[in-house]
Amino acid sequence: MTTDIGALLRRHGLLLGFGVFLLGVALSADAFLSPGNILDVLRQVSITGVMAVGVTFVVITGRLDLSIGSMLTLLTVIVVDQHNSVGPLLAILITLGAGVLIGAVNGALVGLVGLNALIVTLAMLSFLQGLVLFYSGGSNVNVENAQTTWFAVFGRKSLLGIPVPVLIFLVTAIIGAFVLNRTVFGRQVFATGGNGTASRFSGIATPWVVFWSYVISGLTTAIAAIIMGSRVMGAQNTIGQGYELTVLAGVILGGTSLLGGAGSVWRTVLGITMLGFIQNGLLLLGFPYYVQWLVTWAVIIAAVWIDLGAKRGRILA
Amino acid sequence: MSVRTVVRAKAPGAPTRWLMRNHIWVFLALTFAVFSLSSPYFLTMNNLGNVLTQAAFIGILAIGMTLVMINGEIDLSVGAVLALASALAIGLQDHIGVWPAVMVGFLSGAALGFLNGTLVALSGMHSFIVTLGGLIGIRGLVFIYTGEDALMVTDFSYTEYPEIYLGPVSLTAMIFFALALLFQWVLTSTRHGRETYAVGDNLQAAHDAGINIKRHKIINFTLCGALAAIAGILLSMRLGTAEPNAGKVWELWTIIAVVLGGTRLQGGYGSLWMTIGGVLTLAVLRNGLRLLNTPNYVELMVMGAVLILALAIDKLLSRHEVGR
Repeated sequence: MTTDIGALLRRHGLLLGFGVFLLGVALSADAFLSPGNILDVLRQVSITGVMAVGVTFVVITGRLDLSIGSMLTLLTVIVVDQHNSVGPLLAILITLGAGVLIGAVNGALVGLVGLNALIVTLAMLSFLQGLVLFYSGGSNVNVENAQTTWFAVFGRKSLLGIPVPVLIFLVTAIIGAFVLNRTVFGRQVFATGGNGTASRFSGIATPWVVFWSYVISGLTTAIAAIIMGSRVMGAQNTIGQGYELTVLAGVILGGTSLLGGAGSVWRTVLGITMLGFIQNGLLLLGFPYYVQWLVTWAVIIAAVWIDLGAKRGRILA
Repeated sequence: MSVRTVVRAKAPGAPTRWLMRNHIWVFLALTFAVFSLSSPYFLTMNNLGNVLTQAAFIGILAIGMTLVMINGEIDLSVGAVLALASALAIGLQDHIGVWPAVMVGFLSGAALGFLNGTLVALSGMHSFIVTLGGLIGIRGLVFIYTGEDALMVTDFSYTEYPEIYLGPVSLTAMIFFALALLFQWVLTSTRHGRETYAVGDNLQAAHDAGINIKRHKIINFTLCGALAAIAGILLSMRLGTAEPNAGKVWELWTIIAVVLGGTRLQGGYGSLWMTIGGVLTLAVLRNGLRLLNTPNYVELMVMGAVLILALAIDKLLSRHEVGR
């Protein structure tokens, strides 16, 4: 019986710990579990959440994508700027296209050429930030007809009482989970990350699996940029800075292994949402803003360590 | 110094191969030549001295990063550790005196490095995760400690300590080179150094050979944290202020410098000579581009392109190696 509880704890320790946290905050701050606050938190995590769905693919192939922060900035600048010149519909299409293109460059360098993912996407982080300044000329861009454009729907409107960003997050996650779990490509993503050599010998074109994973990551970042642009109705030159870290933190917290081969979209959604609730809860409890960063540190270490320890059968390496 | 390196040096065509393995120096010479020709301000004692001083901060971070990378790990928290040490050194000096404050700053870095190393060694987690957490959490500590404002020194004699020059070379730059030499010696001539290579090259083999893997990892992370703190203290002396955002994304520049030099992310291969080359190249590139009045974005884009180029060259070269 004790082993059963132990196994349960190890498998769902993250969820249980989170449940205890939710309960604790809910008891001391009434507003915490009100529908309004829950929707607020979900709305706040929707941008990182959408990105994290795409990054999950890349991480499961055993690679990383650090370029998404700069990419988010660039794509937000593009969607806002193009909105002013060619209108919302074309701006959205251009942004999605640009996201796919940047993802394809990452994917070509990492997947097809075979360069180190960390360094390539680090280089892209720098390169894209340069491109942002080049494109915007260093000034902030704003949507000119912010009050009247239907572009506002993605970041500012609600449908049946649920904010549209949350719905986009949900739909992205459902499609992502479907592709990852129910398609041949999804199985190939797991195989590539689990054992690249064996996958190649079994006839899987692993370079192209990695390539398309980066394309997906670029696409989800473009979707996130559309939400961001619509919500802010403008873009600063640093608007996406540091997002790569939050997104990775959420993916890792969800239990997707950096070594590749294991993970799931729903666990990523859980990880990102948990981070959102933790940050929101700490603020409601009256902690200073930056305490949430300290807690994030502790939570990441604890969650990954427990997860690893459970797989290993003992807590110490 | 792995056996392979020694064997390769004796192989025929050694000069060409030396050049191929030390491509960073060729690259540095090229950038140097280009900027000397294109800007009249570049090749002056004053400017070159400035380049060295500017290089020193990323450089000192890069020394620690090199140790950690040769060991097969990575440390993303160096920028945040630098900021904390700099904030403590300035924030505490009105309360406990200048040198005790500097000491506390230094120890904070060593302690956080020790914490990173211990977490990596005990948990078996990827150091990327551990130090990514550290990067977020330690930056939070900095913001909480500074109250989100820049701290200023009250006694400005503090900013005069590093104002010692040997010709155009500042004390800060000298400290960088001295530390690089010291740790190059540690890498090649001490047991810890050799075993650091062994662990990074092949963890299992090192373990089977009876090497205490955890000890070396903890030592290297502690050194990396301590070096980041030194860089932070020197920065606080140079600026006279400690900004909560100091050193933000410097961990990325540091990794770029180290990888540009030729040290491998996979571990087991690299040296501080290479890192000095990478750090100087990065500094010359940034300085030269600024002297040419190129807009900020060119610098960022060139850095990205250069890094990918360096990686491609490295891949091309390592293809000729046996056993990789």
